[in-house]
Amino acid sequence: MIWSKRYILFPLKLTDSLLQGILRVGAVISALAMLLISLFLIVESWPILGQISPVRFFTDASWHPLEGAYHLMPMLAGTLYASAGALLLAIPLGIASALFIVYYASPRLAKWYKRLVELLAGIPSVVFGFWGLTTLVPLINQLHPPGASLLAAILILTLMILPTITLTAYSALMAVPVEFLLNATALGLSRWGMIHGVAFPAARTGIIAGIILAMARAIGETMAVLMVAGNVVQYPDGLFDPIRTLASNIVLEMGYAMGDHRAMLFVSGLLLMLMLMMLSGMAGWLGRNRCA
Amino acid sequence: MLKINAMRWRHFYLDRLVQVFVYLAVLTICAVFLWILIDLLRGGFAHLSWNFLIESPRDAGRAGGIGSILVSTILILLVALGAALPLAWTTAALLAEYVSTTSKFGIVVRYSLQVLAGVPSIVFGLFGNAFFSIYLGLGFSILSGGLTLACMVLPILVSTAEAGLRAVPDSYRLSAAALGMTRAATLIHLLLPIAAPTLAAGLLLGIGRAVAETAALLFTSGYVDRMPGSLLDSGRALALHIFDLSMNVPGGDAPAYASALVLVAMLLCINIFAMKLVQNWQRRRTILE
Repeated sequence: MIWSKRYILFPLKLTDSLLQGILRVGAVISALAMLLISLFLIVESWPILGQISPVRFFTDASWHPLEGAYHLMPMLAGTLYASAGALLLAIPLGIASALFIVYYASPRLAKWYKRLVELLAGIPSVVFGFWGLTTLVPLINQLHPPGASLLAAILILTLMILPTITLTAYSALMAVPVEFLLNATALGLSRWGMIHGVAFPAARTGIIAGIILAMARAIGETMAVLMVAGNVVQYPDGLFDPIRTLASNIVLEMGYAMGDHRAMLFVSGLLLMLMLMMLSGMAGWLGRNRCA
Repeated sequence: MLKINAMRWRHFYLDRLVQVFVYLAVLTICAVFLWILIDLLRGGFAHLSWNFLIESPRDAGRAGGIGSILVSTILILLVALGAALPLAWTTAALLAEYVSTTSKFGIVVRYSLQVLAGVPSIVFGLFGNAFFSIYLGLGFSILSGGLTLACMVLPILVSTAEAGLRAVPDSYRLSAAALGMTRAATLIHLLLPIAAPTLAAGLLLGIGRAVAETAALLFTSGYVDRMPGSLLDSGRALALHIFDLSMNVPGGDAPAYASALVLVAMLLCINIFAMKLVQNWQRRRTILE
């Protein structure tokens, strides 16, 4: 049916090189987007970076940006506590779900459950935050006021990164050659013996790469955490203390920040981006070396 | 003998224990998912009506509907896709068909997109505010919000389109070359039509990501909930509306529930549709091979 069109072959050599030229321009612009973003973040944060030493972000007495006190540590700690807690919960749950899909469920059930996880991945962060705010926070409040707390942030983040861990672990486990599993079964290994002794070692790099990606997502998450975490700048003493993360701090103060304060927010954005770039670089490196 | 027996029992119990844990984990996740959905349905369904969808919000969103907000959301989406799609698909075509995976140019482009995919949404918001709103002078507008989102969805669109093009069997390219078709003709008349369903699925995923976004839009497209008159007006996206209603408007819970329900329903439809597209395509491809 394609022969019905005339000039299907584009006989001119010109069209070929023209098209390639257009494609090249598009690709260059796409690649430049990243450069532009880094450039603008650095330019905007220069008033602070050029003025005071970054050591002060860790040694200043407190976070009072209007009075020139730029102590980032409590927020950095908040971010790390929340992400670490979420990972602690999401890793076992996520890997268990992946195992369920690959080894435990019937094909039909596995398909449905995988779809459910994919849909969970599609729920926007603001809806998670809203649900946490209206359901989870009152529940935690009954347990131990004030409710909006590190615990709420951890639980919401767990829900958000769980699909990432599940789906990456799933594809890593699916990539394990079937002969390995057949051999393990032939040796009389139990199901867990096969998973623990054969499937996990073979899929390890893929699963770890997924966990790193999930961690990056948890660190960068803004809105959901902002809505449930209480947003007090402090080192939390326990699970029920409110925290403020680096990302939600940007949203909270960007609206009125001026001058150095604004530059400081760009610095924290830069910091976030560097952290996540390192993490995703690590995940990418692991992914590339999977076969090795 | 006794020792071996004991070991066998231990393995047996461990096996069972893990199985119980796996089933419990799965049940918990299903239960939480249902809990969220039922909560949203119960809180929002009563408030949902045709009028809610077409009216503009009044009294900071406590009354009225989300008509103008839906319009803003769609406009932001159109701007984002209008800017991102041409770039993404040309990049994907180049990466998949023209440059080898080991060439310098390909590696640089792919690496920068990979880094872009890892940038958190709030950083996109900061960049959009600094570049589009202030440096380019677009202010808080649908245009600057849309362009910020375009940067954000670019990596997803490129990677899905590239994967789709790469999944077309090489026999097609060889046949086309044997027939004397130029590479441009092969790409436009053969490869793109075959890969169209995956391109569409990637597009849907990009739409899903853009519709769900809040943090990147806060400081680029702004808060104003009036009906936008032009692309240079500020417009509030649906996700931002939910955020604002739940955080800043006391008594805004019912409309927030209803808006969340609309958003989740939209995203579920988009995602299910994308999954179906990919599934059908894979089935068709296995027949074609």
